[in-house]
Amino acid sequence: MPELLNTIFSYEFLTRALGVGLLISLCSALLGVSLVLKRFAMIGDGLGHVGFGSLAVATALNWAPLALSMPVTVVAAFFLLRISANRQIRGDAAIALLSASSLAIGVFVISATTGMNTDVDSYLFGSILTLTSADVVLAVGLCVLVLGLFVVFYNRIFAMTFDERFAQATGVPTGLYNSLLAALVALTIVVGMRMMGALLISSLIIFPALSAMRHGRSFKTVTWQAALISTACFLVGLLASVHFATPTGASVVLINLLVFLALSISARRRF
Amino acid sequence: MNSLIESDNAAFAYAGRTVVKGLNFCLETGDYLCIVGENGSGKTTLVDGILGLKQPCAGAIRYRPDLRRSSIGFLPQSRDLDRDFPANVSEIVLSGRLGHKGLAPFYTRADRRAAAEALMMCGIKDQKKCFFGALSGGQKQRVLLARALATAPDGLKLLILDEPMNSLDPAAKSDLYALIAELNSCRQITVIMVTHDVNTALHYANKVLMLGSEQVFFGTSAEFLQTAGARELLRDACADNCAVCGLDHRPQA
Repeated sequence: MPELLNTIFSYEFLTRALGVGLLISLCSALLGVSLVLKRFAMIGDGLGHVGFGSLAVATALNWAPLALSMPVTVVAAFFLLRISANRQIRGDAAIALLSASSLAIGVFVISATTGMNTDVDSYLFGSILTLTSADVVLAVGLCVLVLGLFVVFYNRIFAMTFDERFAQATGVPTGLYNSLLAALVALTIVVGMRMMGALLISSLIIFPALSAMRHGRSFKTVTWQAALISTACFLVGLLASVHFATPTGASVVLINLLVFLALSISARRRF
Repeated sequence: MNSLIESDNAAFAYAGRTVVKGLNFCLETGDYLCIVGENGSGKTTLVDGILGLKQPCAGAIRYRPDLRRSSIGFLPQSRDLDRDFPANVSEIVLSGRLGHKGLAPFYTRADRRAAAEALMMCGIKDQKKCFFGALSGGQKQRVLLARALATAPDGLKLLILDEPMNSLDPAAKSDLYALIAELNSCRQITVIMVTHDVNTALHYANKVLMLGSEQVFFGTSAEFLQTAGARELLRDACADNCAVCGLDHRPQA
């Protein structure tokens, strides 16, 4: 273990991956608890695909990747949140439609402009080599925003996650908080996507919340346990990927899956 | 204005389509109003209107100046709630205090005292650390009622309950009715209850508002029982020659 950590700190790209990964894991776990409990988990998956499409278009246009993918993904998050909350529209179908379309646009644009010379795999499944120091700065900024939101508005986030209509009736501006959450989820996905991959980034949002809910019996416990599980799983996944030379994104997801299964089994024995 | 709430020909619409119109009623302190009607008759829309979540498209709903949002307790329909939501009773009841918080981020000692008092009023003080999902249906409704009362345990003026008896067993229903009646009579809290359980609710309510796509009836419970609407509404719920409401529901010759 200490040797592995030494290895990580002796390579700049690995140190960056560790920093960005831990911060993004923390953000996605905190946001994920609310998203999963409000049954909006698939929004994370949809946004990953939208991020891929916009990243591909930015690359084709020779723009800075985040300059396009950030605003596009934030707008898509508002759109998905609105249709998911609107019971007259089939939110799950709309998410599937947007996901498939974004994926198709991404692959089509890459294929038409660079003849698939671009490594599509690194977009879809992630690569820690793509992270820059600008990503570290972004991840720190995002983490400060998300932690700030949770510390200051924790009680309101709980109220609107548990019962949005009641929260509205007590004067909580639920639309504003939902939009803020959607924007932060979109930013978390864009920043974390190149490391984890467009297809795997949503797992950082969904798995820790689900794992923490196996045993957690209060919102506070579930929230801090999700944050702990998410960062621990990322650390172990990154170490495993360095040790066994496996893809980082997939390794982190598999560790998350193992933790989820272990906690599910122990919860069954307990209750 | 002496009435606590007064509706002056109010109407509500969704996407340009009027859901309910011609609402004319008034409530005084200590009234117990039962809102009845078929599904889709606009009962929940009216509740949203009274809570200020929806503005009338015509007419107006007026409030006595001392009736503020922070003196209104609300128990929404619970069928949309995740019954296994990871929350304990204390967290849920405390969230009833949010209306008083403004932008303040944390609950104060006064908030915790108010939540404890609300728990005591609902008889669930010992369950404050319990997991919400582990409680029975009746206990869960008591928790949600405690959350509504925590808004202002000492100064609550209006309690709005949207179908609180849904999916409760008879014993739990009876307990909850008794608790609400006690709050109404002992603390002079005005109660507005949307319900399908008309025959039991009429035992407690002194006023009835019946909705179709417009207001069908507003008056006292005694007056309501004499109407054809009441006969129709109670026919399915009561047995022939019903001992509960005193009406003879047998087909008339």
